[in-house]
Amino acid sequence: MKRRSWPLLSILVFGYAFLYVPILLLILYSFNESRLVTVWSGFSLKWYGELLHNRQLLDAAWLSVRIAALNASVAVVLGTLAANALVRHGRFRGRTGLELLLTAPLVMPDVIIGLSLLLLFVTLQQTVGWPDGRGFSTITIAHITFSLAYVAVVVRSRLARMDVSLEEAAMDLGARPLTVYLRITLPLIAPALLSGWLLAFTLSLDDLVIASFVSGPGATTLPMVIYSSVRMGVSPQINALATLVVALVAVAVVIAGLSMRRR
Amino acid sequence: MSHRHSHRLSRLLNIGLPYFWLGLFFLLPFVMVLRISLAEPTLAQPPYTALWEWVEQGVLQIRLNLANFQLLREDDIYLAALLNSLWVALVGTVCCLLLGYPMAYAIATAPERRRILLLMLIILPFWTSFLIRVYAWIGLLNANGLLNTFLLWLGVIDEPLKILHTQMAVYIGVVYSYLPFMILPLYANLTRLDPTLLEAAADLGCRPFRAFLRVTLPLSMPGIVAGSMLVFIPVVGEFVIPDLLGSPGSLMIGKLMWTEFFANKDWPLASALAIVLLAVLVVPFVLMQRLQQDDEGTRT
Repeated sequence: MKRRSWPLLSILVFGYAFLYVPILLLILYSFNESRLVTVWSGFSLKWYGELLHNRQLLDAAWLSVRIAALNASVAVVLGTLAANALVRHGRFRGRTGLELLLTAPLVMPDVIIGLSLLLLFVTLQQTVGWPDGRGFSTITIAHITFSLAYVAVVVRSRLARMDVSLEEAAMDLGARPLTVYLRITLPLIAPALLSGWLLAFTLSLDDLVIASFVSGPGATTLPMVIYSSVRMGVSPQINALATLVVALVAVAVVIAGLSMRRR
Repeated sequence: MSHRHSHRLSRLLNIGLPYFWLGLFFLLPFVMVLRISLAEPTLAQPPYTALWEWVEQGVLQIRLNLANFQLLREDDIYLAALLNSLWVALVGTVCCLLLGYPMAYAIATAPERRRILLLMLIILPFWTSFLIRVYAWIGLLNANGLLNTFLLWLGVIDEPLKILHTQMAVYIGVVYSYLPFMILPLYANLTRLDPTLLEAAADLGCRPFRAFLRVTLPLSMPGIVAGSMLVFIPVVGEFVIPDLLGSPGSLMIGKLMWTEFFANKDWPLASALAIVLLAVLVVPFVLMQRLQQDDEGTRT
């Protein structure tokens, strides 16, 4: 190992501090008794208590979790199909088109996706009568549309690096392609499916802009509630919520890390 | 079921289903945006006029309204917003690159067992809410926020700096939120580089820094472009960061679209803005796509 240069090391330290100090301060001040950010007036859990009694916020969180779970499950199926197409079907007609359709949602600004999908839903409702009203279903469809592109990226790289000799062996022994896919391929790419699912879940849980466009009256997701309370200024309840989110993510990452090490 | 039969079925599923979904819910919506951008706003539900209607038996009347695009051209506010968005995205991308490249390089050259942890720490913030992370900066950058309190306490400044609700806060927010998107492709690229090239340069008497400039930097160009596009394109249309951290008067096209849509209820004008934004982003997008395909071509 070469000796590391100190300018590089200091940039690395600065970079990680830049990424983590805001989050750590958010967590610290969620335990602050005072409403003010700059005054530390003692340890308190009262903001967590208020959070648990905030009916509007809890309802919104439950709606968001339901949307996120359905979105992630559908996106994993569609994203895996798309990854199969790109890795397993060689140079089919329309391949470039599919690649384009799978890359564009990754970078497309949210305001464009949101507005364009809303206009589609409105037009469909006028012409074919579906969707009947906007809310849970339209938000879920919108989220699947961009989530599946992220899932495809994750599953595709795993499929491309996979050792095909196991599949060939099964094939040689007379197993049908579908059996091979279900019994050999899927278990081998399972970690990618899991991280794709989790990624799609968090992307959905996080989305404010697209959901705001395609939602209807009565369907308020968690980011919409956070956004409207953040616009009013700093709110310790949001700090408490952020702390819970970070804790949840940390636990999930540790579990995922441990289970992967065991493999 | 014969093998050939099942192969056709699998093609239909694997290629057809994603195509169908993305065609219906990603491509077709753009046609709708184009259509509505040529309509007129009215007080109705939905708030725009129809493009065509049957006036009488066999007579179809089509009305295309170009006034929205004319307004975008004539009112300076829209051009200013577009230019400002591009500028913010450019500055944000350059800052991400200046901070992200050394970080990606340091991670890629770290001992292998530490690399995973370092990379994990880059990805982790990405999993917590984007909205909440932007919100965290409000408390930090406030006039009586933590940064100002800290600097006053140090004695570096005599009165609080006004950072929140300025362009500076938008830059900070952009770099903070998009840094992982710059680091990940750079890291992937740098770890794929052949280390023997650097050894060869060293053997030939090339100093490390010079070898970096002549060998590593040019070879990492695909990573630089990929990371830059992943930051630049979405930031041009960013809404949350300028809305929460920027000044109320600062103009970015994503925020303007939001206002036209939600506050002014002018769907046709918002659509026209979306069309302009799309047209501007086509060039960087094609650049990114090209590069990606070249990269795959050389790998396989």
